[in-house]
Amino acid sequence: MVDLKVEWKPRDENTVFNKPTERLDGIEKASGFAKYSTDFTGDGSLHARLLTSPHAHAKIKSIDVEPAKSVHGVRGVYVFPQRAPEGDTLYEINWEGEVIVAVAAETPAQAAQGVKAINIEYEVLEHFVDEADLEAAERMDRSIPGRRVSVDGDEDQLENLLKTDAPVHHQGRYGIHTITHCCLEPHGSTCSWNGDDKLDVELSTQNVSGTGGQFAGAPEIGIDAANVTVHCDYIGGGFGSKFAADEWGIACAILAKQTGKRVQLHLDRGTELKIAGTRPSAFADVTIAAYEDGTIAAWDSHHWGTNGIKGGTVSQVPYVFQPGHSRVRTTGLVTNTGPTRAWRAPNHPQACALTCTAIDDLAAKLEMDPLDLFMKNVGLATGSQSQNPVEVYTGEMEVAERLMDWKAKWKGRGQWDDNGWKRGLGMALHTWGGRAGGGSCTIKVHPDGTIETFAGTQDLGTGTRTCIAQVVAETFGVPLATVRVNIGSSKYPQSGASGGSTTIGGVSGPHRRAALDALGKIFDKVAAKYNVDATQLAAKDGMIVNGDAEVCSWQQAASLVGPMGLEVMGEGPKDDGLTADGAGGVQMVDLSVDPETGRVKINKYVAVQDIGTIVNHQLAKSQVLGAMIQCISYGLSEERIMDNASGRFINANLRDYKLPRLGDIGELVVEFYEPDSQYNKGVVGLGEPPVISGGAAISNAVANAIGVRVPTIPLTPKRILDALANA
Amino acid sequence: MNPFEYARPESEAEAVALLAGEGTTVLASGMDLMPLLQKSVVATSRVVDISRVDSMRGIDPVNGGVTIGVLSTLEDIAYSPLLTEYPSLKDVTEGIRAIQVQQNGTLGGDLCHLPNCWYFRSGYGLLGRDNGKSLPEIGDNRYHAIFGNSGPAKFVSASRFAPALIAWGAQVRITGPEPNAEKWLPLEQFYHTPKTDRQGVTVLEPGQLLTHVWLPPAELQVSATYEVLEMKGLDWPLASAAATLDLDDAGRVRKATIVLGHVAPTPWLSLSAADVLVGQPVTPQLAHAAGEAAVAEATPLSENAYKVRLAQTSVKRALLKATNQLEGGL
Repeated sequence: MVDLKVEWKPRDENTVFNKPTERLDGIEKASGFAKYSTDFTGDGSLHARLLTSPHAHAKIKSIDVEPAKSVHGVRGVYVFPQRAPEGDTLYEINWEGEVIVAVAAETPAQAAQGVKAINIEYEVLEHFVDEADLEAAERMDRSIPGRRVSVDGDEDQLENLLKTDAPVHHQGRYGIHTITHCCLEPHGSTCSWNGDDKLDVELSTQNVSGTGGQFAGAPEIGIDAANVTVHCDYIGGGFGSKFAADEWGIACAILAKQTGKRVQLHLDRGTELKIAGTRPSAFADVTIAAYEDGTIAAWDSHHWGTNGIKGGTVSQVPYVFQPGHSRVRTTGLVTNTGPTRAWRAPNHPQACALTCTAIDDLAAKLEMDPLDLFMKNVGLATGSQSQNPVEVYTGEMEVAERLMDWKAKWKGRGQWDDNGWKRGLGMALHTWGGRAGGGSCTIKVHPDGTIETFAGTQDLGTGTRTCIAQVVAETFGVPLATVRVNIGSSKYPQSGASGGSTTIGGVSGPHRRAALDALGKIFDKVAAKYNVDATQLAAKDGMIVNGDAEVCSWQQAASLVGPMGLEVMGEGPKDDGLTADGAGGVQMVDLSVDPETGRVKINKYVAVQDIGTIVNHQLAKSQVLGAMIQCISYGLSEERIMDNASGRFINANLRDYKLPRLGDIGELVVEFYEPDSQYNKGVVGLGEPPVISGGAAISNAVANAIGVRVPTIPLTPKRILDALANA
Repeated sequence: MNPFEYARPESEAEAVALLAGEGTTVLASGMDLMPLLQKSVVATSRVVDISRVDSMRGIDPVNGGVTIGVLSTLEDIAYSPLLTEYPSLKDVTEGIRAIQVQQNGTLGGDLCHLPNCWYFRSGYGLLGRDNGKSLPEIGDNRYHAIFGNSGPAKFVSASRFAPALIAWGAQVRITGPEPNAEKWLPLEQFYHTPKTDRQGVTVLEPGQLLTHVWLPPAELQVSATYEVLEMKGLDWPLASAAATLDLDDAGRVRKATIVLGHVAPTPWLSLSAADVLVGQPVTPQLAHAAGEAAVAEATPLSENAYKVRLAQTSVKRALLKATNQLEGGL
């Protein structure tokens, strides 16, 4: 039996793989035909609404849900576990928006009426929500000092470098505020039961294969995991916040069982922002010691921030650059704020924003072009790039410099007046892993030549369907339309959750392996039928060929598998070179600041990214563009605003939680750094890396433009004008 | 959303009859009212949909000026040939960059728009009070008032057209509460700073309805509105200013009316800025001085000193824009 070598084709032999291809389901999504979890309603479906806490910190003294049951149209009421007082034990609420009761009714308005009818008595407690104010947290016993302390190198030597031995020192305070995941399709599900023990869930999830067991295992559900089907063909944003069934998902299933009806429960916009995931804040006092040529000698920083009531904070600094001597200590702030969830490249945007800004300020102190200083220190670059980060970063900085025309444009801080605007350049570097997630798939070759694939994965934005189709079509040498991709059901072979940039490797590896396995089997049959050497066969352009000679068509070959078709499994990840890990990149921003209003205009934004073997350049570019827009968002306007007076997430609506509009985006330039060494590296995930360094690059460009550092991201007009006023 | 009665009158008299009594609410296009009802920030027993009251539509020449029915959409205003001599109005419609809002939003809806104050919209009432404390005073007031904030009201007036209309000396027609009763008053007198949560942001009493706005003849006066928008798209101004200037043949200011928006609980007329201008030609230096004069008496709260700079800049740029001197990308 022929055993085809598991590898990608040489770059120049590809016809659909490693090519820009339009998203196969783009029309469905753009035209509204794509069905999301909210679309699965019908006659008799019930709508659920949540009662959530208006208080940031309180105890629940009593809950009376009986009035809700009397509201016309209300069919089911569910009190979340432990919320109701049990003897002297009162449930303690620790953030505004915490769920307490769910009500299902025939119409959304009736459900809302039901929620309103519920009587709850709270004992309101003192709250603390100020995540930036370390001194206040210490005063109010809301800090956890020394949560983490790490020292790299000899500490005595570090002290000497910081005090005297290194001639140049820079000290600064930096920060980046909390943002939320802000999924435009809010978290939620539509649940229905088939009999007493079979549950179907239309779930907005980035974890199709992993959430069924969470529903089955919930104490109040308690059915076999095999009896739960989770389905998600399309998802309207997850960004790391939709891995779980979530307690409101369990509530939806329970209400569906209670009422015997299909029930839909999605978070409203305010609740979505408040409780469905945040990226934690990070603030730091940084000291850098350097030599006069710009070489960084030592780093010392104290960090604080919050991930909510647990009091954790970000500590992965210094980022990318690792001088031989560094010391990092962190203080966690315990706040009455909504819980964090993994946000696209967890902790990296914050770590980058605290590190690359401080390095940029060091460059200003040395009166150096920051590009020169980053280049000078590239030897300190580490990170998870498996192939020579120094060479790759250097190459990427050279490409970015050319695309931005940096050297021709760059001026010292506050030196570039542009028709009333102050203009500036900024840059930053990033790193990420992106190794393939675990998973499997089935490929079925039908005797008519059509091909079906099955995998319990999802499309979080990767373009999963399109990429799978490209891998399989390339392998069998057939057009994309010959391949029918099936994803989005927990009944398909399990595939990993889409998180940490693991999806593209997690699906492309198994599908390539399975397709090669199937192709080998088909080559054996072709060899037998046409009396050729199976090891010399290849599949391309819809034909099976032997060197230059056509042996048979793909359809003729497929017909040899017999009436039942051929079904094979693929698995991953494997150490066979199809996938790899380690990605990095450089981002540069050219922007203008209106010094009288503090408004920022992005002129040009360049992202250069290495990402190994690229399955689809068009979709990869889309991933980077989306990330760049998110960087502009959290760099300039997007933030959770916690109000000290009320303890509330006071801008939890899309008017005051400011996402960029089209006019705020500017010119975006995406360039993949892809010499042959990158193509030959293997597939690496791209979801996270391009969203990391934009915030720091924007902050650096604003500092270059106006001549002073605006210490905290996002750089709103208020913060820019305040910084100018304080300068 | 609470259940409510829905009524759709076809005449002003019917409308005011339906609006009699407490707890009634006017629905025009509903762009802002619907979310307020859904969040129960506005509770109402009866919604009176005035979209079929045709007498409140239209833009017509009247007494040398122009009367605008308050059901006119923002797009109607932007494209009306009768309003080309009032460019400060078009500046506002162009600033509202969402086509949906331009096509559906009405002038009346804008003039009567409730504050965007996040405390109000979180259910703490117009004054944002919680257990006797003023939340805007002790909490996050970055978007709140820098003028007229010594009393309990700290929010800013939301209307985007009011500064420009007031700068033009616009009058408004109010009908009710008796059928066919009407009165006209200057638009600046239409607004009111509440001292209690039971008071509104306008002088409208139950049973009264705002129906028309009348603009005096333009008479070669020049005008402009400048809004500072944080986002280049659908967004609310952080501050704005409208200027209407009567210039003599030498370009000197005979009369100036400067009105700031989004800086006080009502549109904020700046007499001191006008004083700086009178008798002088508008130059960048004079516009700057007028901006400084406009904010000299500002009383920013703990988090919004930056708005003083924005208000100052708005005045300066409105003046430069009105006199075709606003250059560059600013």
